[in-house]
Amino acid sequence: MAEVRNVSVKDVEEAIYKMALDAAYHLPEDILEAEKKAYEKEQSPVAKKVLETIFQNVDVSSKGEFPLCQDTGLAVIFLEVGQDVHFVDGYLVDAINRGVERAYKDGYLRKSSCNPLTRENYGNNLPAIVHTFVVPGDKVKIIFDAKGGGSESMSKVQMMKPADGRDGIIQTVVDWVIQAGPNPCPPVIVGVGIGGDFERAAVMAKHATLRKVGEPSPDPVLADMEKEIYERVNNSGVGPAGLGGLTTCLGVHVEMEPCHIATLPLGINIACHVNRHKEIVL
Amino acid sequence: MAEYKLTTPLTDDDIIKLKAGDVVYLSGVVYTARDAAHMRMVKALDEGKELPFDVKGQVIYYVGPSPARPGKPIGSAGPTTAYRMNPFAPRLISLGQKGMIGKGKMSDEVKQACMKYKACYFASIGGAAAVVGSAVKEAEIIAYPELGPEAVRKLVVEGMPLFVCFDSYGNDLYEMAKKEWAGKFKLA
Repeated sequence: MAEVRNVSVKDVEEAIYKMALDAAYHLPEDILEAEKKAYEKEQSPVAKKVLETIFQNVDVSSKGEFPLCQDTGLAVIFLEVGQDVHFVDGYLVDAINRGVERAYKDGYLRKSSCNPLTRENYGNNLPAIVHTFVVPGDKVKIIFDAKGGGSESMSKVQMMKPADGRDGIIQTVVDWVIQAGPNPCPPVIVGVGIGGDFERAAVMAKHATLRKVGEPSPDPVLADMEKEIYERVNNSGVGPAGLGGLTTCLGVHVEMEPCHIATLPLGINIACHVNRHKEIVL
Repeated sequence: MAEYKLTTPLTDDDIIKLKAGDVVYLSGVVYTARDAAHMRMVKALDEGKELPFDVKGQVIYYVGPSPARPGKPIGSAGPTTAYRMNPFAPRLISLGQKGMIGKGKMSDEVKQACMKYKACYFASIGGAAAVVGSAVKEAEIIAYPELGPEAVRKLVVEGMPLFVCFDSYGNDLYEMAKKEWAGKFKLA
């Protein structure tokens, strides 16, 4: 029998705290590289100017006083918990929430969580949204995603018809991202979830935005779809900040799971050009 | 594409020279308001009460800034998505508001109001929030402090770079820009 490994939720809290602060002020390296590559290819003078402003923003933010974006997001956590892990020193989800609350207070990050109906701001950015998966082994992988409201609002789940197939999916995604236009702060990262069921399509789509940007899916069929969507979205003309140009998306990431014979669920989640996410293994 | 330096409050003469695609460097007072503040302002109007500030000639910046660090007037302060203010903007424009600053598309009703009452919708770069926030000179909460990031603030800005998106002639920069660059991307 595998030995049980004790993991203190205090370590989880510290990890969340650090990732939340880091994500708010420091752009992931892969995103910056993708933006620099796009800058080289860009032909529109306005688009170049927008990208220069984005680079300047990354510089100002990295000094640690002004977050990359005023919308520092809801805290979305993907937890992969090895089944041989035993959490000690308290309740795991409380620890995650404590880490988020402390980081958003100490880091002067905006608290954006509110009552959906009264719109009363809770003032602590809680609760975090936690997706937990049990996996083999005795490690805990934590992905922290600070998800802003502008790009999140430009997302959807559509229950397609099986007959829509590959081309129908591509058309739906391309149309959707183009009509979103300037709203989700392009250049964006497009996450697509195909299959599973209603909620799995959405979770896959969000998870897909957190892949290293531009890294193709290991499945050649999906990689081919990613390439086609990428080319068509960038041919839309929307451009950086929606002000015209050749850079509307930095990457398209597709994930897929089996689905029911009667269904073809499709999830689309868009991440903005700061796409703040960090990960750690405990 | 022309460049202008303007100082608030804005007049009809300021607005009619602007065309979609022009760059404006805006200085002076701008007021912040987003969803929750707009709902309250329109409710105040419905009840015959006064607005927290006179909108005549003013520019409203759609932003919910991050908290100010000690010694700074404000935190990061990039534009929020403007379409959520579609239901409110035409009414305030009809009362003399001259400009909105935000990002993303606004409705035809807003465009019509810009034409009828001489106003502009200015697009700013979403996600360039540290650049904008670090350039704000002064900030003061003047209404609805309980709304936190959504409270109405009076900001003083200097040379804030903006793109004219809706001018007073019915043009739309986002549509123009998209058309100009569509179909020109080639995979490397």
